[in-house]
Amino acid sequence: MNVISKFHGFVASSSGKSGPASLPAEDISTNSNGPKQDSLFDDDPEDLFAEATEEVSLDSPERDVLLSDGPSPAITPITPPTSVITPRIGLAHDDMFTHSSFDEIEEEEGGDSFDIHIAVSDPEKVGDGMNAYMAYKVTTKTSLSLFKTDEFSVKRRFSDFLGLHSKLASKYLHIGYIVPPAPEKSIVGMTKVKVGKEDQSSNEFVEKRRSALERYLMRTVKHPILLKDPDVLQFLESSELPRAVSTQALSSAGLLRMVNKAADAVNKMTIKMNESDAWFEEKQQHFENLDVQLRKLHASVESLVCHRKELSVNTAQFAKSAAMLGNSEDHTALSRALSQLAEVEEKIDQLHQDQANADFYLFSELLGDYVRLITAVKGVFDHRMKTWQKWQDSQLLLQKKREAEAKLQFTNKPDKLQQAKDEIKELEGKVQQGERDFEQISKTIRKEVSRFEKERVKDFKTIIIKYLESLVQTQQQLIKYWEAFLPEAKAIS
Amino acid sequence: MCACVCHPTDATLQVDISDALSERDKVKFTVHTKSTLPNFKQNEFSVVRQHEEFIWLHDSFVENEDYAGYIIPPAPPRPDFDASREKLQKLGEGEGSMTKEEFTKMKQELEAEYLAIFKKTVAMHEVFLCRVAAHPVLRKDLNFHVFLEYNQDLSVRGKNKKEKLEDFFKNVVKSADGVLVAGVKDVDDFFEHEKTFLLEYHNRVKDASAKSDRMIRSHKSKNQLHFRTETQQVSCSPDRKFFLKVSELFEKTRKIEARVAADEDLKLADLLKYYLRESQAAKDLLYRRSRSLVDYENANKALDKARAKNRDVLQAETSQQLCCHKFEKISESAKQELIDFKTRRVAAFRKNLVELAELELKHAKVKGLVTVRSR
Repeated sequence: MNVISKFHGFVASSSGKSGPASLPAEDISTNSNGPKQDSLFDDDPEDLFAEATEEVSLDSPERDVLLSDGPSPAITPITPPTSVITPRIGLAHDDMFTHSSFDEIEEEEGGDSFDIHIAVSDPEKVGDGMNAYMAYKVTTKTSLSLFKTDEFSVKRRFSDFLGLHSKLASKYLHIGYIVPPAPEKSIVGMTKVKVGKEDQSSNEFVEKRRSALERYLMRTVKHPILLKDPDVLQFLESSELPRAVSTQALSSAGLLRMVNKAADAVNKMTIKMNESDAWFEEKQQHFENLDVQLRKLHASVESLVCHRKELSVNTAQFAKSAAMLGNSEDHTALSRALSQLAEVEEKIDQLHQDQANADFYLFSELLGDYVRLITAVKGVFDHRMKTWQKWQDSQLLLQKKREAEAKLQFTNKPDKLQQAKDEIKELEGKVQQGERDFEQISKTIRKEVSRFEKERVKDFKTIIIKYLESLVQTQQQLIKYWEAFLPEAKAIS
Repeated sequence: MCACVCHPTDATLQVDISDALSERDKVKFTVHTKSTLPNFKQNEFSVVRQHEEFIWLHDSFVENEDYAGYIIPPAPPRPDFDASREKLQKLGEGEGSMTKEEFTKMKQELEAEYLAIFKKTVAMHEVFLCRVAAHPVLRKDLNFHVFLEYNQDLSVRGKNKKEKLEDFFKNVVKSADGVLVAGVKDVDDFFEHEKTFLLEYHNRVKDASAKSDRMIRSHKSKNQLHFRTETQQVSCSPDRKFFLKVSELFEKTRKIEARVAADEDLKLADLLKYYLRESQAAKDLLYRRSRSLVDYENANKALDKARAKNRDVLQAETSQQLCCHKFEKISESAKQELIDFKTRRVAAFRKNLVELAELELKHAKVKGLVTVRSR
């Protein structure tokens, strides 16, 4: 996309700054709303409340990332992003390059970041029996020059996603990048689907998984470094992907993973790190707290969903009962009014169900995602500790060798001495490297955490506002229903 | 708060419950009467009564043969604070495990709930008295006057085991009998129709009442939750300001939802419960009438037999006449009673449904406003 056309798009959206149109009620189930106008004119996210009254822009993360990491292909993936600031749009567009696109096609939680949008759709059951699996269509729409075409799609199965995550984790976690975790495996859920039970709960399971996969991919590509990773590109583009066997739960790789996890946990307890940087200590505490809070909140929201569903069932039953009562009532007007009441209650029941879905898909899943994300964040902090440990270990070793060398000085063993001197040289190199690694990971983590927090704040706000929208919708519907009923009730006499 | 529609204030006899005191295991109602009737010593007076004394009054109506032709106003249900008391106790026990703020909030909520139950039971006892006072015949009942005026304890003990057992058997006989009697097709169309109608209606009201109770209960339990959800949100920093707003919103909507559930309870559930009891009372009336019809028919048969044998004819004749007279009296008053019942029922439903719709609307609008404003 050349610069000029971008300009046009830009001019067109500049009118949107003043009154935003009222937030359209987001339909959870799907579909694109019209292009959003003033998405890029958001205020500084520090002013949280002000932003809440504007049009919800699902693009705002884009701005930060745009500035931070020049999407021009010249930059290699290894350079860490420059610190993320949130500029006024005027500034942004001056040094903006090829990729700020205002092509906003929105679906669900997807937003355009880097002008890339991924949708996971059309779950299809492939195969039969215990070897069956669900294939999902992954569609990417983008104008980034990173990709060969503007729009393309591939078929992927769940283990492919897990494979992608495991590759990214092994490449980036240990140097401090927060790699978004993949959705969890569920043996029970999948077995039901495999066995071919075409019922409500397995449909819900597939939908839940589909939505989670979509969010996972979007989070991954929002990360400027991960987006350019060849594995990610291959995942999105190539039609054939080697089967990721090591992701199976009961495979040898799976067992190895479990063993490693256990070993890590033990190690964590034994590493006593001298934290010289208060920032890290503070952040770690912060994430611990956040973890606890989010888990509690998640549990509460999940039980809210349960209760709302129960309420909906009971309302439906009452509606039927009221209809029966209306039937047996022999006073005509009253009978009609009772039937109307039954209808109202039935509609309300449907409302409750829809609301429960909103509760769930918007709120509860978001919380679940973040609980897992925070685990990844904690993992990154742990890696830093490990890096520190490695550095300290090589330092200790160096010291020992130096002492040994000093001792050797007094004996007459020139080759041993030389060997010791060589080893010391090597170790000195290692120590320096260790120190560099440690500094590097610390730096990376700082940036990552800051990016993560910004994302998190935006994410939460967006979702919560959407949720509030759904609540408003529900209320308006309720009002309509009762308003329609009132004259019927008054007509009884 | 009456689920029924009492007659407009009638100067000759006005009864209400002016005060009530809840003690550990009983509730003391202050029954206040204003009357211009000559039967009473004063024009205005009050007595204190307990639930058992209401039941005694009700039962005395039921057992009185003269009132067989009337729908006896259903007895008020026993005041039941057990659930509420249990919750308060649990709260007290758990006091250590929550913050002072949470504790006071929960305490306030439980106290409000207790108060609501209390108000309801007062209302139901009052409705009973109102109905009796409004009934042209029952209001003249001597027991009723004693109930209203006698300012000592009526020493009405609750039924002892033997009496309860007797009652139980009576009910068994009655229901068996009821089945037999229901099978007899009535000559009179009006009563036949009423019978069919009432049977079906009663069952459906029972069902509707149960379902509405369940619905309202799950509504209430859903509301309990939000409470905790909001407290947790507050600690998520650094978006503290935002989350505070959100949690305030949730708290406000929760309060509104609580009121919605309470209103639904009052207007819908109580209405259905009351008509459940009234329709049962109407069924009882029909039963008594059918019973007397059967007696009348039996007396006829006995008379024929006596005439055929030419023995005890006079006796049989008197008996038959008595039965006939009783039956006709019951039929006549029953007809009027049932017509009144329908009028009352329609009016009560209308009033409550309209009020329900208005309240639901009001709350929905408030909730909508609150949510929109928080955006």
